Amino acid sequence: MSETRNAIQDIWGPRTPYHGAWPVREDERVTETPDHWVQSACVLCSNGCGLDIGVKDGRIVGVRGRVNDRVNHGRLGPKGLHGWEANHSSDRLTKPLIRRNGQLEEASWDEAMRLIVERSQELIRQHTASAIGFYTSGQLFIEEYYTLGVLGKAGLGTPHMDGNTRLCTATAGAALKISFGTDGQPGSYNDLNTTEAVLLVGHNMASQQTVLWTRILDRLAGPNPPQLVVIDPRRTYTAEKATVHLAPRAGTNLAVLNGLINLLIEADQIDHAFIKAHTVGFAELRKTVEKWTPERVEHLTGVPAEKLLAAARILGTSKTLVSTALQGVYQSMQATAAAVQINNIHLIRGLIGTPGNAILQMNGQPTSQNTRECGADGDLPGFRNWDNPDHIEELARLWNVHPDKIPHWAPPTHAMQIWRYCETGSIKLLWIQATNPAVSMPELARIRRILQQKDLLVVVQDAFLTETAKLADVVLPTAIWGEKTGTFTNTDRTVHISYQAINPPGEARADFDIFLDYARRMDFRDKDGQPLIKWSTPEEAFEAWKACSKGRPCDYSGLSYEKLTGGSGIQWPCNEQHPDGTEHLYTDHQFNTHADYCETYGYDLVTGAEKQPEEYKANDPKGNAIILAADYEPPHEEPDAEYPLWFTTGRIVYHFHTRTKTGRARALQEAAPEGFVQLSAEDAARHGIAAGDLVTVESRRGKVTEPARIGDIEPGLVFMPFHYGYWDHDEHDKRAANELTLTEWDPVSKQPHFKYAAVRIRKA
Amino acid sequence: MHLGNYLGLLDNSEKQITKAFAQVSRHHKDEPDIEQMCQKLSAWSREHQGKLVPYLQRYAEQQSTEPARLKHELFSAPRSGSLGLIRDLHDLWLLTQEVQLSWTVIQQAALALRDEDLKATCAFCSARTKRQTDWLLGRIKQAAPQALVVAD
Ligand code: SF4
Repeated sequence: MSETRNAIQDIWGPRTPYHGAWPVREDERVTETPDHWVQSACVLCSNGCGLDIGVKDGRIVGVRGRVNDRVNHGRLGPKGLHGWEANHSSDRLTKPLIRRNGQLEEASWDEAMRLIVERSQELIRQHTASAIGFYTSGQLFIEEYYTLGVLGKAGLGTPHMDGNTRLCTATAGAALKISFGTDGQPGSYNDLNTTEAVLLVGHNMASQQTVLWTRILDRLAGPNPPQLVVIDPRRTYTAEKATVHLAPRAGTNLAVLNGLINLLIEADQIDHAFIKAHTVGFAELRKTVEKWTPERVEHLTGVPAEKLLAAARILGTSKTLVSTALQGVYQSMQATAAAVQINNIHLIRGLIGTPGNAILQMNGQPTSQNTRECGADGDLPGFRNWDNPDHIEELARLWNVHPDKIPHWAPPTHAMQIWRYCETGSIKLLWIQATNPAVSMPELARIRRILQQKDLLVVVQDAFLTETAKLADVVLPTAIWGEKTGTFTNTDRTVHISYQAINPPGEARADFDIFLDYARRMDFRDKDGQPLIKWSTPEEAFEAWKACSKGRPCDYSGLSYEKLTGGSGIQWPCNEQHPDGTEHLYTDHQFNTHADYCETYGYDLVTGAEKQPEEYKANDPKGNAIILAADYEPPHEEPDAEYPLWFTTGRIVYHFHTRTKTGRARALQEAAPEGFVQLSAEDAARHGIAAGDLVTVESRRGKVTEPARIGDIEPGLVFMPFHYGYWDHDEHDKRAANELTLTEWDPVSKQPHFKYAAVRIRKA
Repeated sequence: MHLGNYLGLLDNSEKQITKAFAQVSRHHKDEPDIEQMCQKLSAWSREHQGKLVPYLQRYAEQQSTEPARLKHELFSAPRSGSLGLIRDLHDLWLLTQEVQLSWTVIQQAALALRDEDLKATCAFCSARTKRQTDWLLGRIKQAAPQALVVAD
């Protein structure tokens, strides 16, 4: 065993202070000396740190950061250094399972696939392909998502394709589309190297993307450190480093952001020339925010007026600014409206498209960016607009199918609605891949009930017998990272290749091969009677995806497996014009809002209603960014006499998602073996609770019991991490945070509201 | 002058739509987005009614007789199931058209009377009514294929 640093005890590692170019630091951890290294990148958060997998005798024995990679310059965090151990966990699934007489029993691949195919064909005959739904993941590769997107949209023709990314990244996509016309992060991680200020909203970067946070810590230790504004109701690791920390009450992000924008306008710290030349909608924004005086913001959100002023001063006087947002925004009230206000801060200050300026509407999962790009979620491939007949025509030509084969009669069904259609019985086959809704969805009792519904065939494709797989009718064992080849893209548009390093265990297969097998057995054909899916290797799939992305904002046409091999990851768009990739979008301040190019015709931020194409075309922004305003609205569930406290959820540094992998890496599991209930000293005292006491937290939807952790949180608020479910815990002893959360979602992005609910607590 | 009568008609329609949105919200509460959005849109219509009060008073004397003839039942009771949901949203959509048209009629009168306050109120409320219509249309379009083609 050798490691360059102990990432469990020292999460971010030693400082390498800088301004400008971020020094390298090679992090490595191996249990034995590898006989060779295989290029890859980490898939345990959206940061996508470049790494090499160390292999010895056909087994993974460790990882090392790639020093030449633009994302991490050699660094890796605790999850990256340890998470690979899950590959060799003894409880990997190695054979397909089929439920017979109530029990999951081993079966052959042929039996399992035949069952799925026969059921699919029967359903299509009786009910059309709209009886089939897919719930995919933020963990697969581009080649897999694109194959899935094509087979679902042009093979089956079902509108019901979405996934767990709806829970993590839908608002990021929606906010970018609304402001800039299409999805795509305007800036780069490199902007952190020189920026004067960083605004983090609902984003505990220190725990989520530890290596990205290291980039900031190193700046803070260097000359000209940036000023940090952190908006988070908890005193997180991130908040501890803030120049100004604003801790608003649950569900009030929009009021705080409107208050900040109001102060920027009042102090005239805005770029009038930029607003006039490159945006539409500013007057409405001014009108909407003007009533949000610091006093009014304080009254509603609990953020002291002088702190709001201090934060606005930083945002208003810095010549460069990087802003980030994550689940504290995306999973809370008025998610899209709030995320859009972060874009607006940059637009009114003219801080976009130039070095040091970035908006990072962060992703949660490692490859969620690609579900949005490839059409495996509620979007069309290549950021095309489902409401634009020309875009549908383009896809139809590319796939050689009739345009009406591709569902475009209504917006693609979002995940929450897919579950609802399962519940009401009109979706009869739900195919879940590489994700664990039985722990990650809100209101778990409901999800368990749906998964067990009699007439719903549930197919789960996973590497482990997760809480969800346990309830499935068919379980397909999969190869995971390190056991298959593919590409994926991180939050700042950096594309990495990840090579197969070892063989998958037993009969486990790559998701890619499972999709191809399904497409072949279903005999999906194009207009000329040729097989619809014309590729059989990941590299061929990547080439097909390149063709689909060409000419769109996420243009991969200049990339190839060869080009991605050996060096650093590369940022899209990468094409003839930008052969080495692109650090900044919108450098000429021309945005993707042209009516014939944009990905959406816009939304009503309050109702979520889609704007009509004619309406958009009549006022075609033609390359101007769109400033949309929205006023604050109170949450739908607020504390009352019966449930007097706010409840919110979040993550901890050592785990990812529902711990399917991180819970199987020894050191990570030992560092954080169980969940907890975090509450303020005031609330603890009121209920006679001491640190470590078991606390029962109860909402209108369920109750859970976990030990108490006291402090670093505002009075009136209760926090629980969302990672802990039941695969290594008695399922009768309820502990998953999502037993308590609400089934409701943002009207625009349809992302569920995990970040607030009303609860009561008592000592157990 | 019949403006008072028409204001009465509109007031009645807003009252009905307020109630109808609330009924649909309660009845379809298993559809979380329907429950919440209809609640919100019901509140919007209630607010419109409030905005009408001063004009109902201002133009009350000028009301002609027989206002009852202008009133009619627009929404009876909500229905169940996925098809029922569409029919309810369908009715609500029609109701918003009724309201929208009334606002247009009154706006014309306000222009002729040069009643600036009433004009502003018309502009505000008719824009919001359009947003109600848009949401209903989008939700109907989303639900229709599944309810009509796939559901049993
Ligand atoms: S920051 Fe994210 S991508 Fe990088 S090593 Fe940690 S978990 Fe992996």
